[in-house]
Amino acid sequence: MDLRVLWFMLLGVLLTGYAVLDGFDLGVGILHLGARDDRERRIFLDSIGPLWDGNEVWLVTFGGALFAAFPEAYATAFSAFYLAFILLLFALILRAASIEFRSKRDSAAWRAFWDAAFFCASLVAALLFGVAVGDSMLGIPIAADHEFTGTFLGLLRPYALLVGALNVSLFTLHGSLYLQLKTEGGLQQRISRWSWRALGAFLALYLVTTVVTLARMPQALANFGRMPWLWGVVAASVLALASIPYSLYLRRPGWAFLSSAATIACLIALFGAALYPNLIVSSLNPAWSLTTASASSSEKTLGIMAVIAALGMPLVLSYTAVIYWVFRGKVKLGRLSY
Amino acid sequence: MGLDVVTLSRLQFALTIMFHYLFPPLAIGLGALLVFMEGAFHLTGDKDWEHLARFWTKIFAINFALGVASGIVMEFQFGTNWSSYARFVGDVFGSALAAEGIFAFFLESAFLAVLVFGWDRVSPRMHLLSTVLVALGSAFSAVWIVVANSWQQTPAGYALVSHDGVLRAEITDFWAMIFNPSSVQRLVHTLLGAYLVGGALVASVSAYHVLKGRHAALMRKSLGLAVLFAVAAALALPLSGDLQARIVARTQPAKLAAFEGLYRTTARAPLSLAGLPDDARQELRFAVAVPGLLSLLVHHRLDAPVIGLDAFKPEDRPPVLPSFLLYHAMVGAGMALAALFVLAAWRLHQGRLHEDRLLLWALVWSVAPAIAAGEMGWCAAEVGRQPWIVYGLLRTSQAASRAVPAAHILVSLALFALVYALLGALWLRILDEKIRRGPEEA
Repeated sequence: MDLRVLWFMLLGVLLTGYAVLDGFDLGVGILHLGARDDRERRIFLDSIGPLWDGNEVWLVTFGGALFAAFPEAYATAFSAFYLAFILLLFALILRAASIEFRSKRDSAAWRAFWDAAFFCASLVAALLFGVAVGDSMLGIPIAADHEFTGTFLGLLRPYALLVGALNVSLFTLHGSLYLQLKTEGGLQQRISRWSWRALGAFLALYLVTTVVTLARMPQALANFGRMPWLWGVVAASVLALASIPYSLYLRRPGWAFLSSAATIACLIALFGAALYPNLIVSSLNPAWSLTTASASSSEKTLGIMAVIAALGMPLVLSYTAVIYWVFRGKVKLGRLSY
Repeated sequence: MGLDVVTLSRLQFALTIMFHYLFPPLAIGLGALLVFMEGAFHLTGDKDWEHLARFWTKIFAINFALGVASGIVMEFQFGTNWSSYARFVGDVFGSALAAEGIFAFFLESAFLAVLVFGWDRVSPRMHLLSTVLVALGSAFSAVWIVVANSWQQTPAGYALVSHDGVLRAEITDFWAMIFNPSSVQRLVHTLLGAYLVGGALVASVSAYHVLKGRHAALMRKSLGLAVLFAVAAALALPLSGDLQARIVARTQPAKLAAFEGLYRTTARAPLSLAGLPDDARQELRFAVAVPGLLSLLVHHRLDAPVIGLDAFKPEDRPPVLPSFLLYHAMVGAGMALAALFVLAAWRLHQGRLHEDRLLLWALVWSVAPAIAAGEMGWCAAEVGRQPWIVYGLLRTSQAASRAVPAAHILVSLALFALVYALLGALWLRILDEKIRRGPEEA
């Protein structure tokens, strides 16, 4: 296979790993203020405590892999979205600080401050990821020399904000399904009601986004003619999505969580299908878009990176499996808790 | 030097990397000590060691979380602030960063979870294994980062290739890129520095509790371990520094000349112990120097000439004053710490360390110069590479992002300064509270 195609797909895998895993802990953060008392909030934090930083490593690795495989795209995107990325960084720093600092003191004001910070940072991060996807779909003003010529406010377009809201609802749903797995009793029942509401919001936003996307960006389907198997991804996404309410109805939160994970994976695959072979679409002139061909590293480097990935990814998947197995089951507050 | 994009991005990088670099040496150094503590528990069955390992694991976890969050900032900045650099080196530099993520960060963060939260969930053996893997993971991440940075200092295994008239570096020989002339020695020096920081931190906290007479039996054990660990690192550091300086002399002579304040190429070059470089007069004023020693150290011959700054065009010279001061301050701090830990090890051997209150107080404060020495060493390495971002290939002035206005960087720089100041203060307070409370709450 062409190594550039391989790396385009591997980046998709890394992004999916990130969205599925950090997606639920961002969702837990968005739902954090819905917890009624200190005990419930500690349960929420404990549910993600051992996992959140490992989940964030998927983003770090995605960034590193983008840098290595498509340095032009990395350089253009990160400098184009400068303020957005800085905002994202502060959100991620604030999240880390709130998780670590919150329960280190017994003061109510101290805890309330970090609770609010945790919520805001999670919400902003989830929103920004969606906005970035929306802007990637629309294309951004990129000149012939691969440099961005737009402004920060120019990136906050209605469609981008719509995708941002879509992502917030998706991560909220995903996080609520995860919390159902980690809680029991009355708390779990309350969270189950949140899942239904988040699902409703997601479905409504998803419908609107799909309609707007097809109406405004018919080119998103350009690859479907050449690669009809992509319709299989569409079918899979519908099935995965439908399986969420069905599993919730049957009170099988585990299935519901896997279904929302599959939904996320399908959405990212569709995003990739809409973009390919572009990495960054120029809204000024399609010829100036950064493609897998024009933005990539040398053939040799892509090959070296493929070896690194082939050696490393099985290890990564096995650590991840070990950790999720060790920390399975309901949260029990104890002396190691936050 | 106005507040242009390059200057602002340099200030921001300096600020964020110096904040970030508070944490990795603690993780690497403390990680290794945790292996010793938990290993001692497994070998001897002595519950005290488990108690200590649990206490230090909590300290480790707070540092680690801040290290992860401040580390993402570093990775993003190559693209946000230094995108021209990223375009030039992505083919080479990016692979090291990606490898760090795949081989080091996943290992570290996954098993950290077991380390911190897994005491009651996995068997003691599995817990020990996790501790070993976390210590290895943190050292692996140093490997890839130091390799990437060393490539910037002594590029190798690459070719410059033109794409539509734009030059960039591409890998031609992966192993030559990894094992570029400076990477092994710089890695050893970085790891030893981190072990010194870890040893100094544990020694500091243990000495404090011994002085206060709390958890005395427990803390005497960790004090002994930490002093031995730190003395080994502190004595190995100057040796590794010497090996490294000879590589710098060969590969980056302008940097060595700036470190030593050597304005003119000189036979029997002196090793300056102190002084004040004066660019206007092109000489080192108030110099305290050992004649011929620099020639002897670098070339193993007293009369061998050492290249001075006059061998370089003015626009190719690093700023001498900061290079000289940072380098000498690092060496001074390192020497003082070596002396301190040798003395402490001697007192420990005599069995009189625990009564020597003055020495114990010196140990309490030893962690500050240990961390400072690491920061200053990196600053010297980076400032001494100027005006190049990739030595001899790309100038720092050519490396910044073109699409980002200076005003945006000013905003982000101000926010980083504010947020990091608050975060740093909170981190110190929480660490301080935990440390003063000691292991009992574990």
